[in-house]
Amino acid sequence: MNGILKLIVAAIFNGTPLLYGTVGEVLTEKSGNLNLGVEGMMYMGGALGLGAAFYYEKAVGAAASGPVAVALAILFAFLAGAAGALIFSFLTVSLRANQNVTGLALTIFGTGVGQFLGEYMRVREQGYVAVSNSLKAAFQLSPFPRFLQDLPVLGQLLFGYNIFVYLGIAIALVMAWFLGRTRAGLQLRAVGESPATADAAGINVTRYKYLATVIGGGISAIGGMVYIMTVAGAVWNHEGLSGEGWLAVALVIFCLWTPLRALWGSALFGGLMVLYLYLPLSFIPGQLYKILPYVVTVVVLVAVSLRQKRENQPPESLGSAYFREER
Amino acid sequence: MTGKKTPLIRLAKRDAMPSWQRWAIRLAAIVLALLVGGVVMAAVISPDNGNFFRRFIGAYATVLDGALGKKTAIRQTVKNFIPLLGTALAIAPCFKMRFWNIGAEGQITAGAVCATYFALFWADKLPQVPLLLIMAAAGALGGGLWALVPAFFKARWGTNETLFTLMMNYIVIGFVKWLQGGPWEKQPKGSQQIAQFAENACLPKVAGVYCGWIVVLVLMVVMFLYMKYTKQGYEIAVVGESERTARYAGMNVGKIVMRTMFLSGAIAGIVGFLLVSGANNTLYDGVADGAGFTAITVAWLSQLNPFGMAGISAMLAVLEKGSDTLQTRMAVPVAISDVITGVLLFFMLGCEFFIRYKVIFRGREEKEGTK
Repeated sequence: MNGILKLIVAAIFNGTPLLYGTVGEVLTEKSGNLNLGVEGMMYMGGALGLGAAFYYEKAVGAAASGPVAVALAILFAFLAGAAGALIFSFLTVSLRANQNVTGLALTIFGTGVGQFLGEYMRVREQGYVAVSNSLKAAFQLSPFPRFLQDLPVLGQLLFGYNIFVYLGIAIALVMAWFLGRTRAGLQLRAVGESPATADAAGINVTRYKYLATVIGGGISAIGGMVYIMTVAGAVWNHEGLSGEGWLAVALVIFCLWTPLRALWGSALFGGLMVLYLYLPLSFIPGQLYKILPYVVTVVVLVAVSLRQKRENQPPESLGSAYFREER
Repeated sequence: MTGKKTPLIRLAKRDAMPSWQRWAIRLAAIVLALLVGGVVMAAVISPDNGNFFRRFIGAYATVLDGALGKKTAIRQTVKNFIPLLGTALAIAPCFKMRFWNIGAEGQITAGAVCATYFALFWADKLPQVPLLLIMAAAGALGGGLWALVPAFFKARWGTNETLFTLMMNYIVIGFVKWLQGGPWEKQPKGSQQIAQFAENACLPKVAGVYCGWIVVLVLMVVMFLYMKYTKQGYEIAVVGESERTARYAGMNVGKIVMRTMFLSGAIAGIVGFLLVSGANNTLYDGVADGAGFTAITVAWLSQLNPFGMAGISAMLAVLEKGSDTLQTRMAVPVAISDVITGVLLFFMLGCEFFIRYKVIFRGREEKEGTK
């Protein structure tokens, strides 16, 4: 029982970076833009988020406050992802470039920028970019009071996570409400399904595509920062981050473009990533066990393509550009 | 059409541009991207190296010197060049078909694993030439089959190939990690490494570099002929332009997709064979070392033209080797080469727009009309 509880907690903890990546990409894809650059944006977000927290502490010294550092890290990670997504939008929406290749270019660019910044900070600070333990606590410890966390079972299961878990869940809930219950959300979905119809109805297709992609990219990039600051222990670790963004893109398909399914989908994949630690099987070597999330992703991709249900389809215009003149 | 009602900027499709003009625009994009890259490098180099302009020039001078300054440096640059060109040639037919194979990294690794099997367990039974041929064939088969898996599901059920091919990378690389620390680990155990190949499993050197460079140059010519002059090459182009047209013309799209992907994976597998047998003389999990991704850049920057790919590969190989030197001499992180590669791609993708469309500002047209 205790083992299962630990696994669930670890799954939610490790799945949170994926949750941000996925929810952000859901918003992007709802506008009909297939941004494959999530991996790159998460790298940029990770490097800038870490940098923001580190240089903030360096600037103000011991007076550094945890909440401010968290807010700055979120802000800079968001801006990094938004900037990457803005390049993507400009190239694909305004300059009509191919979305697939542009997304791959953003991945190459973003992973390069992330590693470049991570390495540059390391060299400039002579060795080690890490925040102090008191700041780390603001990123990694639960925001709830001690007595709630000490409740048996429930305390661990509900109140023991870092702040980003709750923020991520909140973002997913808001996103579900926005897409399903608001006028702007409806118009956004119209743009993704049929931009020509949306255009004829007087919806500004270009504006929706830009906004959804830029905000979505920003949210995805926060996931990279969350990975670096929590899972990786607040030091730059590009090897650990590698693959997260791509799993997030796959999760969008897995959760069928709905933010609510991303909630448990990300936890499921977070669990698959650490299952080898919690449920070691003697007949599967650790290194082979570690590829489980990728194998499951492949199985999911195939399963989704086999079950072609009407309501489970991607936005109709996903991946194709819209030119009013070429209707 | 007067005054305020016309939008500030309008777009119109261009008639076909002469080819020299197209390449001039693309060249301008490359130059612009290199300028941006130079500004980034100059910004992070310490001011001890002179003013901004001198740092800018100094950065590229260091890159060129580091990549081409010495004989050993040139050899290393050529070693970087081989997998780039080989892999770009591998993914070119897929991209032409609009099949987004981003799993070249894994196909290289799969080919490398198959070739390594023969290098480790058959080297004492076979002389060099047949052994190398068998290794090459095994590499091609391994890479091809690894690529065929996603192609089969794409052709049969339309499974998303981008993510499928990518996930296959992580799977095979994880498999190599297991081989390294498990059944193929060299004696004594504990090193997490696979033994160096016996001499007869290693490719001979020609002009100081293993003969892989000859292989990829031959492949380049073959690929050019295949894409341009064969029926299969034509079918690839038609499927890429419009799947419906291909179907209407009676082509079996699924078959073409699978055949092309097998071919693509096979070439990547041969690159894997070249890497283990020529460059590293052993297998490790990072054998592909990002070539699968950089090759996407190469293929796209050269507009899928095999000879263009050789040029772009050479440029990126120089950049890669040079940025190593830049790191040791001027403390610029080596990832700068990825940043510049990304910027290059952005500019190249953007410039296609100006080849296809012309931008008309408000007021311009009246003037042109009165001429």
